Amino acid sequence: MSATILEQIPGLGDDTRRLHAPVRLALLALTVLVSLLLFAVTPLQGQADFVVFVVVAFAVVQTATSFALEGRRHALDRLLSLGVHLALLAAVVPLVSVLSYTVYKGVKKLDGQFLTHNLTGLGPLDTNGGEYHAIIGTLEQVLMATAIAVPLGLLVAIYITEYGTGWLVSAVRFVIDVMTGIPSIVAGLFIFAFWVIGLHRGYSGLAAAFSLTILMLPVVVRSSEEMIKLVPAELREASYALGLPKWKTILRVVLPTASAGITTGAMLAVARVTGETAPLLLTSFITPATNTDPLSGKQAAIPTFIFSQIGLGRPVNYDRAWAAALTLIALVLVLYISARLLTRRNTLSRR
Amino acid sequence: MSKRIVAEDVNAYYGSAQAIAGVSLAIEPKSVTALIGPSGCGKSTFLRTLNRLHEVIPGARVEGKVLLDSEDLYGPGIDAVAVRRTIGMVFQRPNPFPTMSIRDNVASGLRLNGIKNKQVLDEAVERSLRGANLWNEVKDRLGKPGAGLSGGQQQRLCIARAIAVEPQVLLMDEPCSALDPISTLAIEDLMTELKERFTIVIVTHNMQQAARVSDRTGFFSLEATGEPGRLIEIDTTEKIFSNPSEKRTEDYITGRFG
Repeated sequence: MSATILEQIPGLGDDTRRLHAPVRLALLALTVLVSLLLFAVTPLQGQADFVVFVVVAFAVVQTATSFALEGRRHALDRLLSLGVHLALLAAVVPLVSVLSYTVYKGVKKLDGQFLTHNLTGLGPLDTNGGEYHAIIGTLEQVLMATAIAVPLGLLVAIYITEYGTGWLVSAVRFVIDVMTGIPSIVAGLFIFAFWVIGLHRGYSGLAAAFSLTILMLPVVVRSSEEMIKLVPAELREASYALGLPKWKTILRVVLPTASAGITTGAMLAVARVTGETAPLLLTSFITPATNTDPLSGKQAAIPTFIFSQIGLGRPVNYDRAWAAALTLIALVLVLYISARLLTRRNTLSRR
Repeated sequence: MSKRIVAEDVNAYYGSAQAIAGVSLAIEPKSVTALIGPSGCGKSTFLRTLNRLHEVIPGARVEGKVLLDSEDLYGPGIDAVAVRRTIGMVFQRPNPFPTMSIRDNVASGLRLNGIKNKQVLDEAVERSLRGANLWNEVKDRLGKPGAGLSGGQQQRLCIARAIAVEPQVLLMDEPCSALDPISTLAIEDLMTELKERFTIVIVTHNMQQAARVSDRTGFFSLEATGEPGRLIEIDTTEKIFSNPSEKRTEDYITGRFG
């Protein structure tokens, strides 16, 4: 009896009956070899098919071997571990390949000249020119949208968590949830109808910022709400017990404690709208010229720059689009990292 | 610096559920009063009615009178925020503000109430930390986060934070229940020192602790689950633990119940 129990504990039991790493590697090599052979002599073909075939075959072979040597429980463990690792791979591989492919395609055109020039005065075959006007436009539009959406969203979140009661909170939550589902083109269309056409303001970076605000607001509200809720009630009570009024407790204790999470949420919202294309087409439109005034006139942005370049269809246009895509990713990354650095000192996780 | 508290027929509710009923007692200045009793008997709730912290919970309300010297804390025109400035509180789990340094934690009550003079704040920080027997351990790292201290040090930091605003009364809600015996001893010693300056009310589950630190002890109990808690009796600690007037108190302290 005691012997069988000991055998089940790794390192204490019968070590020769375990599938060690070298054995499993050998099994994998064997599977690959046999699969290569099968793909050579049978009608099976294709790289993707080969990978899928090897994975399935290895799962079967390893599970069968494990079942024979180690027993049912270990066999199931090995099968499920393999499944979990494959799932991880399936999640990470697309992400890494999108990033690496963009870098690979983007660096070709991305140079000082590209970053400091716009597209005016160029013929369709010219290979110079750049995205300076689009970077300016995106920075201004996203900055304005953030300046509106983050304070507003934070105030709404504070209202929901700290002050609101009853049906009004449910109503606000419902509206915010509905806003999460608004397709971005509809947000653009609304600003187009209301601001650009309705109020005769015309295309502008500001109009674009308004449409981006509509998209950012629900993300900021929901993430801030969750973060504020995470602040322990004990901290609020400690503050109340010191004789601090509620507004000071929120301002000096609750918000600083939740600041890292709120920043992350805000940055996710920024990252989401920085790549928005559809609403910009209806609000700031497309222009090859630099427009530093966000309050009036068409203004370029990186997503619309990519969109218009792809539409032109020549190799130089593709190169510009890839370089712009790389700039966009880099921009979001820089924003994210700087925001995290700003709030790193004040985090709940350091408790 | 220390005032007498008289509670007259205090009833506290959470929504429609009554947590304590008809509690009347007097708490003497410059002494430690311990409140003991089984879980759910309302002793913590009663403690929180003394600094009007009970009403912070949505739906919670209090009926009755709490007199600080002669002033009714629940009287008309009395601001709950001002009451809490007068009556400090230390909680069950140490809860230093995680975003603040040790110095800022202690100074928080003064600083956030508008005192900006750095010299005044520094003096208050040192005085309070000395008062909480923590100064020697943290004087070289006042700028470090308060959350980096050990549990016992954190609790003394919270005591320093509470006494920095120079309250009349110090309420302690099971201040040692999350601490090891050595930290507990440090805090008990501290209480003996602090009662020279403050009126102290402590809620504790630990009857030895109540016997060690308190001058007077109040016993709370409830008839049955769901019933409101009541004050069974309050007397000198010596009397409660040697010769209580009520049978239920004797049953509780001898371990036959609760």
